[in-house]
This record gives sequence, C-alpha cells and structure tokens, in this order.
Amino acid sequence: MAGPVVTLRAIGKTFTSGTLAIDGLNLDVSEGEFLSFLGPSGCGKSTALRLIAGLIEPTSGTVDWRDGARPEIGFVFQEPTLMPWANVFDNVYLPLRLRHVSRADARGQIEAALSLVGLGDFTSAYPRELSGGMKMRVSIARALVLKPALLLLDEPFAALDEITRLKLNDDVLRIKAELGTTVIFVTHSVYESVYLSTRVVVFAARPGRIVSMIDIAAPMPRTEAFRLSQDYAEYCGQASGALQRAIGLRDSVHGALP
Amino acid sequence: MSDRRLLSPFAEKLTIYGLPVLVFALAIGAWEALVRINEIPPYILPAPSLVGQTIITDWGVLSTSLWVTLKITISAILLAIAGGGALAILFAQSKWIERSFFPFAVILQVTPIIAIAPLLLVYLEPTTAVLACAFIVAFFPILSNTALGLASADHNLLDLFALYGAKRWQQLAYLRLPSALPFFLGGVRIGGGLALIGAIAAELSAGTAGQATGLAFRIVEAGYRLNIPRMFAALVLISLTGIAIFLFFSTLSWLLLRRWHDSMRPQEK
Repeated sequence: MAGPVVTLRAIGKTFTSGTLAIDGLNLDVSEGEFLSFLGPSGCGKSTALRLIAGLIEPTSGTVDWRDGARPEIGFVFQEPTLMPWANVFDNVYLPLRLRHVSRADARGQIEAALSLVGLGDFTSAYPRELSGGMKMRVSIARALVLKPALLLLDEPFAALDEITRLKLNDDVLRIKAELGTTVIFVTHSVYESVYLSTRVVVFAARPGRIVSMIDIAAPMPRTEAFRLSQDYAEYCGQASGALQRAIGLRDSVHGALP
Repeated sequence: MSDRRLLSPFAEKLTIYGLPVLVFALAIGAWEALVRINEIPPYILPAPSLVGQTIITDWGVLSTSLWVTLKITISAILLAIAGGGALAILFAQSKWIERSFFPFAVILQVTPIIAIAPLLLVYLEPTTAVLACAFIVAFFPILSNTALGLASADHNLLDLFALYGAKRWQQLAYLRLPSALPFFLGGVRIGGGLALIGAIAAELSAGTAGQATGLAFRIVEAGYRLNIPRMFAALVLISLTGIAIFLFFSTLSWLLLRRWHDSMRPQEK
C-alpha cells in the first residue's frame, strides 16, 4: 500500500457559534482499514467524519488525499435519510442519477447493491412501508452503489434495536470483506467498535480530540465466536478503559470550572 | 380486530357516507316544511324546491353567469399556481431576493381585496380587474406554502446531494421540489377557495357599475328586483363551484401523495 488513503494534520474546527468542535486532530487512514471513532457525545467524532467527507471545511489544518483528490465516498447518516416520495429502487438510483446514468444502465448496479444488503425483493416498496432496519439497509445500499473507495458511517445503528443491530454489524463486516472498501464507523458503543474494527480511535470532548488508538488484531472474518472469546473481552476492557479516561478528562476540566 | 368491529364493512361504509347525506337531506326537508307550514312568501324565504326550480327555469341567464365566474376563477387559480410557484422557486435561489420581494407579497395579502377592487376597476377593464383580484388572493398562500416547502428539504439529504456533487438544478428538481409538493398542494387547496371568494368580491364591486355579468352580479341584480329565489339559486351555484374546486384539489392531492405522504394514509389502530 502506497501510504495512507487520507492524512489529517493539525485539524481544528470552530463552528460559527464559537464552539471549538475539534482541536489538533492528527490521523492517518490506511487502505482497507476498518476504523471506528469511539467517544462520548459532543466529542467531535461526527464532525471529523463530515470533515473527511468534505461536507464541512476545517478552520485550520489539512486533509490530504493520497491520490490528490477526494475519492468516491459513500456516506450513511444516523437516520436512514431516504426520500419518502421515491421507492427503494429510486432511492438507491439517486447517486447514479446525479451522475447522469440512465435508469436502464443503472439497473444492474442498483440490483447488485440491494442484493448485497439482502433487499433484492423490495425494489418497489416505499420507505414508509419498511422497518427501521430495512430502511437503514436501503441507506447502506445507496452508499455502496457507486462502489466507493471509502465508506463513512455516522452512528448508523444507534436508533435500532439490539437484534437488528447485531445483524447489521455482521452485514457490514460481510460487505466490507466482499468489496474491500476502507471503512470509518462512528459509534458510542464499545462493543460495536471492537467487534467491527481493525482499529478503534477514542475521542474526548471539549475540545474534540483523539486520546488513544487501539489496534484490534483479531482476524477477519469475525463471527459470534469472537464475541464470546477472551480476546474480545480484553479488547472491550481496554477500549472501555480508554473511553472512561476520555470522559474523566472532560469531567476534570468541568470540575475545575466555577 | 374483527371481533371489535360493531358493524360489517358495508354497514360501516353506509354510515360514513350515508349519515352526512341523511342529515343534510333532513335539514333541507326541515327548511321546506318550515316554509310550507308557515306559508312564508317566496320573496321572504323561498323553499328549497323553488330554488331548485329557479335554477332550471333561469338556467339560460344563470349558466352564462356561472361560466363567466368559473372562467375567471379557474384562470386566476392557474395564474396563481404559475406565479406563486415560480416566485417561490426564485425566492429559494437567494435569501436576498426573498428579503427584497417578500414584503410586497405580504402587503398584497394583508390589504383586504374588497378595498383594492374599486381601484383596480378604475385602472383595468372590468373582467381583467376581477381576474386580478381573484389572482391576488389566491397567489399568496401558494407562494408562502411553496416557499416553506422548498426550504423544508431534509438537511441530511441536502448534505448527501452535496457529497455527490449535485448541480443546483438537480437539487431543485430531485429534492426541493418533491419536498415542497405537499406544502404546495396545501397552498393550492387554500388558494383555490380564495380565488372564488376574490372573484365574487370583485364582481360585487364591479357589478354595481353594471359592467360584469358573473354570478355575484346576478345576486345584486336579482336583489334590486326582489327576485329572492334567483338570489338563492345563484348562491347555490357559487357554493357548488366552491365545493367542486375543493374536491378537485383534494383528489389531486390524494392522487399525488397517497403512496408516500403521512397525511394521506390512515393510521393503524
């Protein structure tokens, strides 16, 4: 691999409200990694993801892409963010439509993306006819339809029930293995981050910054057996400890304030 | 839950549609009975049967007027849809355009049309003046609703469009316009009813000058002649026109939104 896909150097982001969302953030993302951003709410992990996606601009610092320009990116939001007036097929068609690909030419790619998330039979359903988990699958299919080099997921399963969430976690791992995409996954769940990632990046809040990185060396593919293993428990303990310290850091700062 | 249902589906349908019809028929019947029992003369209060009869016997005069009012109202609605929709899209392009021109729209809206009508009749030929009045009142709800709808597009979807490098027109065509559709249709339903009110109000102003021949003019004219049944007959036709406009746009909304919009779907209990 010829260097990191993207390099973030000394990134700072101050919102117009004056809030310092991120300060002094440095990160290298290697090709094929599954990276998790783990942290308490308000720690800037979502902001970092949006910076990488180019949805917002950093106030200071640089985002450098290996190939000189931002590659094709797929983005999955916290909510499914589907167009309610369009059926599943047309929702997944959107990225291709914006690239002026005709519906007929796009059909194959759309059906492939939908079968990848197990929704091949629901092309003509409307979003409101689907369950929360199915809507999220459509959202993932839409993010994958352009075969992105980098897939960004912003707490995608936070609103789903435990069972659906575990199922979707396995699906994300399977999709990652099939496509070989580099993935960055934002979450506030220790267990989710350890189960999915090759590396967990722990954030602390006020200002948002990276406080530790944990490599998860367990081999892919991971299954239920990994969830029950001693390694998993140890990694979770490690990540949980780092997260506790990150929260503690913030609280001590708070305690110092009048 | 079929066991909790008190009535069969057929009986339920019959209640839903039959009950209002029955109550309405009873009200008309009571009116008819009141007039007959008390022998109220038609120049004070005509019986519904006489009003119905007048619509038939005076159909020649009334239908001509109905056509005049209908033509103006429909033209005003179409102009308001085109004008209100286009201006809303223009407003969506730039906050500055919106800030500059929105006050004009508000002034037109808050000034009672009945006060503007005499002035318009001075400057414009009567039919055009009536059309202008109907347009002015129908225009604002369509403009403000559509503008609100265009601004209500999901922010995450806007981000998604930005991520894929969508052009401005793509964002408008594929995201803002569909998001605005339910709002726009709500505006059209209000505007449609208001167009008729505006047309009638302007006709009343113009009618006293003896220049217009719409339904409102017929009411004024019949009033001068103490032809009370014809006043009622013209009134019934105006009501029916309003109901027809309402039903048309309600059906249109239903057809366009039934697949995806919550407002058009029954809630499961």
